[in-house]
Amino acid sequence: MTDKSSGAPLTAPIQSATFSNPVNAEIRRAAATGIYDIRGGGAKRKLPHFDDLLFLGASMSRYPLEGYREKCETSVSLGTRFAKNPIELDIPVTIAGMSFGALSGPAKEALGRGASLAGTSTTTGDGGMTNEERGHSNKLVYQYLPSRYGMNPDDLRRADAIEIVVGQGAKPGGGGMLLGQKISDRVAEMRNLPKGIDQRSACRHPDWTGPDDLEIKILELREITGWKVPIYIKVGGARPYFDTTLAVKAGADVVVLDGMQGGTAATQDVFIENVGQPILACIRESVRALQDLGMHREVQLIVSGGIRTGADVAKAMAMGADAVAIGTAALIALGDNDPKWEAEYNALGTTAGAYDDWHEGKDPAGITTQDPELMKRFDPIEGGRRLNNYLKVMTLEAQTIARACGKNHLHNLEPEDLCALTMEAAAMAKIPLAGTDWYPGKPGTSF
Amino acid sequence: MQTLDMADIELREMNETLHAQAENTNQTSWEIVNPKGAHAIACGLDAPIEVTVKGSTGYYCGGMNKQATINIEGSAGPGVAENMMSGTIVIDGDASQYAGATGHGGLLVIKGNASSRCGISMKGIDIVVHGNIGHMSAFMAQTGNLVVCGDAGDALGDSLYEARLFVRGSVKSLGADCIEKEMRPEHLAILADLLERAGADAKPEEFKRYGSARELYTFKIDNAY
Repeated sequence: MTDKSSGAPLTAPIQSATFSNPVNAEIRRAAATGIYDIRGGGAKRKLPHFDDLLFLGASMSRYPLEGYREKCETSVSLGTRFAKNPIELDIPVTIAGMSFGALSGPAKEALGRGASLAGTSTTTGDGGMTNEERGHSNKLVYQYLPSRYGMNPDDLRRADAIEIVVGQGAKPGGGGMLLGQKISDRVAEMRNLPKGIDQRSACRHPDWTGPDDLEIKILELREITGWKVPIYIKVGGARPYFDTTLAVKAGADVVVLDGMQGGTAATQDVFIENVGQPILACIRESVRALQDLGMHREVQLIVSGGIRTGADVAKAMAMGADAVAIGTAALIALGDNDPKWEAEYNALGTTAGAYDDWHEGKDPAGITTQDPELMKRFDPIEGGRRLNNYLKVMTLEAQTIARACGKNHLHNLEPEDLCALTMEAAAMAKIPLAGTDWYPGKPGTSF
Repeated sequence: MQTLDMADIELREMNETLHAQAENTNQTSWEIVNPKGAHAIACGLDAPIEVTVKGSTGYYCGGMNKQATINIEGSAGPGVAENMMSGTIVIDGDASQYAGATGHGGLLVIKGNASSRCGISMKGIDIVVHGNIGHMSAFMAQTGNLVVCGDAGDALGDSLYEARLFVRGSVKSLGADCIEKEMRPEHLAILADLLERAGADAKPEEFKRYGSARELYTFKIDNAY
């Protein structure tokens, strides 16, 4: 310790990397309230991600396609294994499940409008199907969730696909919650619950346990819908090899794989940040399971959790995905966390880009709310237009990369088109470290 | 009476035939023979028809039923009448776990016993069990009535919402937030009606009523486990 009165140079104050300001703030918050933090969104911690991969592009041994003249197809068929009517999409970027309840009716409408304009599908959520959403979505995937809020056979039969939600990336093994502030009359009625109470969504399905039961559950759903529509199984990024294997065994047409960056409407922060795997670590394991079963491309794989750009789309597809899904990115495209509401974000104790208290229903952008006044700020037609624009840009970006790699369909992208920037990404994605032909754990190598 | 013999036809054809019945069908009486414990028998029906299953069924018999009356002349496997919307399902024998799970409406009658998780997440269905029910029954039950003429197993009504539970015999234990409640005249009336419709030989006055203490309705750390 330096004697400050001596005039000698002082030791600079050093913040602890372990006890950082955000960590200390959380300790103080916990000490003051006695309750864990609940928030929306996905993992915010820094994780190995698509940014840690690069495309190699064409060169002497690869022949590129002309950017603006030569075709690069983007269509995808989902549910070709058993369904009479697979879902045919123009682009491989779908909209992930988000509930009416978590989102306002107009926000759900905007997702339907934007997705339909772009030629892709949107997905219901924990709270049932609304007429606005069905009416504005050309292709609507109906989520079949543990809570079964709003679940009814009429909606099941008017869906274009059924997605059985076993888990999601933000909280594999966890249920959801929708706090009382957002339980309007309409939300309460759709969920058969009293208005204004905090609703818990179960973490486990009420009428099946394990993949053997699920196989029979899928039989029932197929019988009720006449074997017409595809059945997806959505899993969080927990044990992707085994989860994919068991989903295929249970009879899925499509596996939806959601990494820990994938968002939720509300759950405990400790859950979001500490349970599950980043999507980068999940994709190749899931694809390996499909390949081992001889089902790659037979059972389609949709990947989600942190997809933001056409580059992310192309990288996921190069690793073997058939399509991707976006949730958080779609909300941002609609206007969520827009800096134009900065003063109001400040008033809520946050800042644009960091706002994640979606469960409180006070969203200044009028998207994650049931407050009629806030909802008026959001125009579903304009929102739909913005989402369509964004989806178009992502598709063009992915095509640009695919052409540079000499591919005339996004599905033709392959792991050999990629290299990894870090050891972690190389190991997780099983993609060679840039400048080498090696990744940690590569068969035939000793480390 | 139309007969569907599962010794001759596949499940798909059987369900397709029943699904093809319109609202105003004049073929209202159906019989399914040789069910041999098949799964998903008569699920997703949506017409005012009466179906009698001559034998025991596998999983999800009568799942998501609307309007139809289904009589099972045997026992039923897991998830019978799951998510039923309306209509009536009567089981002569016993029912396995999750009977009436998430049901929104209609009446489910089990003349024997029901296993665990009977009425789990029920959302408006009425269930009458002539015998006993297993553990974790009416877990997270939202609305509707569960009537048990015999005994209830462990953790009855755990995390219950607004469903009403009536038990004539003993309750091994109550689940979190489930308490015994006063039996008022309106409850006796509901019970009398359900017992009569279910053909149960019991008097409403012999039952106790259980419901939610509503302590878990607001998320408080004191309520966390």
